[in-house]
Amino acid sequence: MSGKDVKNLKHIANEIRRDVIRTARDCAEGVHIGGSLSLAEVYAVLFFFVAQLDTNNPKWTDRDRIILSKGHGNVGFSAAMARRGFFPLEELKNFDKLNAMLSMHVDKHRMPGVEISSGSLGHGLPIAVGAAIGGKLDQAKWHVYCILGDGEMMEGSNWEALMSGAHYKLDNLTAIIDRNMYSIDGPTEEVMSLEPLADKIRDFGWQLIEVDGNDVEQLLDAFNRTNDTGKPKLILANTIKGKGVSFLEGKASSHFAQFNQEDADRALAEVE
Amino acid sequence: MENEINKSQFIGKSSRDVFGKVLVELAEKDQRVVAVTADLSGSVRMVEFKKRFPERFFNFGIAEQNMMGASAGLAITGKIPYTSTYAVFASMRAGEQARTDIAYNKLPVRICATHSGISFGVGGATHQSLEDIGIFRNMPGMTVLVPADGVETAAILRSTLALRGPVYVRLGRFIEKTVYEKEFKYTISKADILQEGKDIAILACGGLVGHALDAADLLKANGIDAGVVNVSTIKPIDKETIIKVAESTGAILTVEEHNVINGLGSAVAEVIAEAGSEVRFKRHGILDVFTTSGPYEDLLAYYFLDAEGIAETVQNFLV
Repeated sequence: MSGKDVKNLKHIANEIRRDVIRTARDCAEGVHIGGSLSLAEVYAVLFFFVAQLDTNNPKWTDRDRIILSKGHGNVGFSAAMARRGFFPLEELKNFDKLNAMLSMHVDKHRMPGVEISSGSLGHGLPIAVGAAIGGKLDQAKWHVYCILGDGEMMEGSNWEALMSGAHYKLDNLTAIIDRNMYSIDGPTEEVMSLEPLADKIRDFGWQLIEVDGNDVEQLLDAFNRTNDTGKPKLILANTIKGKGVSFLEGKASSHFAQFNQEDADRALAEVE
Repeated sequence: MENEINKSQFIGKSSRDVFGKVLVELAEKDQRVVAVTADLSGSVRMVEFKKRFPERFFNFGIAEQNMMGASAGLAITGKIPYTSTYAVFASMRAGEQARTDIAYNKLPVRICATHSGISFGVGGATHQSLEDIGIFRNMPGMTVLVPADGVETAAILRSTLALRGPVYVRLGRFIEKTVYEKEFKYTISKADILQEGKDIAILACGGLVGHALDAADLLKANGIDAGVVNVSTIKPIDKETIIKVAESTGAILTVEEHNVINGLGSAVAEVIAEAGSEVRFKRHGILDVFTTSGPYEDLLAYYFLDAEGIAETVQNFLV
């Protein structure tokens, strides 16, 4: 990893942000913008540096498995996948249209390179646990990455999955939580307290790395650290919801929005 | 002597006992087979599998949602999970994972749930399962199979190995009455006319098929010629056979250990209504109530689901 890599990944993160903003302008009914802008660096680092993928052969046996648990993060996820080469960037222009490849929630039947459809919260981590067990059975070299929202940590199924990930010693599994501090109804700590989140996850037997999730270098360092032997790893990525667009940052209302031309231009001007 | 040789080793064994045996057989045959449960390995008969293939046995503890989601995860890596818990938990506690993670993603998970219907009689309403057929048959792409006895359970389970999509296999708890003695190759979606009858056709599934056969004997003594059809595939259902027996008898009674809403009876009603069959029709099962507790045999009698109860229901219906 060089300074050039870091600069390039920062650039890609902002390109993803610009794609998200343009889609918020062009889409039918709005997009989950805040929780995709918060994840731009995670998407960039995962798709463009960490994960072993083959866009010409999306079902390549030895690929790393990326599971998006917060299925509503699909707008940024799609932008990252398109820029990585899984499908044309133009597909974003049809976001949410009838039968379009890309829509609100990730769909493996319509999107090449997607491991599993998701959208209902609290589902991805159990699936990731199963996939990691499958990888262990095959003594496979590939790794499982699972991206979760912080709000969905209110779902009990995620805590079942945390228990089982530690129980089955899944050191081929890395989960990332987008800790942007908001769920739909407001700040998570007002809706349903999650804190002390890091301690809870550590107490469940996971290797816990807490980083600034909008900092490429910190993310690279966290992803590059090998799992402690016999432990699944969780990167608690402290992010800002709506990151990069001043009039969205840290606002619950940034969860879902549609932009008019003027808003989109303002936002695009801020993300360079 | 030859007949004895042809007899199945699974006669007189409960569907869940046969599940445990055949699961081992499937795992011997296919490396991809894994067994998954939620703290019920004894109840769902996975102990032998666990002994033989410990590396392919996964217990998720009392966490059915995670068990079902992880089964989907195992399936996306090319494994064929046989996932089991009680039917009431498979269909409801983990119902959304079955629908969204497994059915929507078209994954080859075999959800083989035991203690269906009122078979866990003393467990009461919390542990009885009277909604599961309705729930699973509502999931696009889900095959729904309900074996009548141990022998058919073996045939059905063997047929699931090569199936591309997801399947729900509904198993009981106690030894079902013997319906089949010889082993056979199961054809999914083929209802089996066990006995022809002129006056009425009793369409049953699961452990009640044996009771329906006995009911037909009782009815014969009273001058009623009742046919019995085993509808062990609820989905995709055998429309042709159902329409045929509807038209040849002019009267159908469905019998199931399930709420009369959305189970076998509803599935049959859909077929004959859409076909425009002119047939008298009645659903028999649990009549939209939460059931009480008690020994299984007593409950069957209490809800008119044993041979006498079914015969009486037929007689009242045909009056």
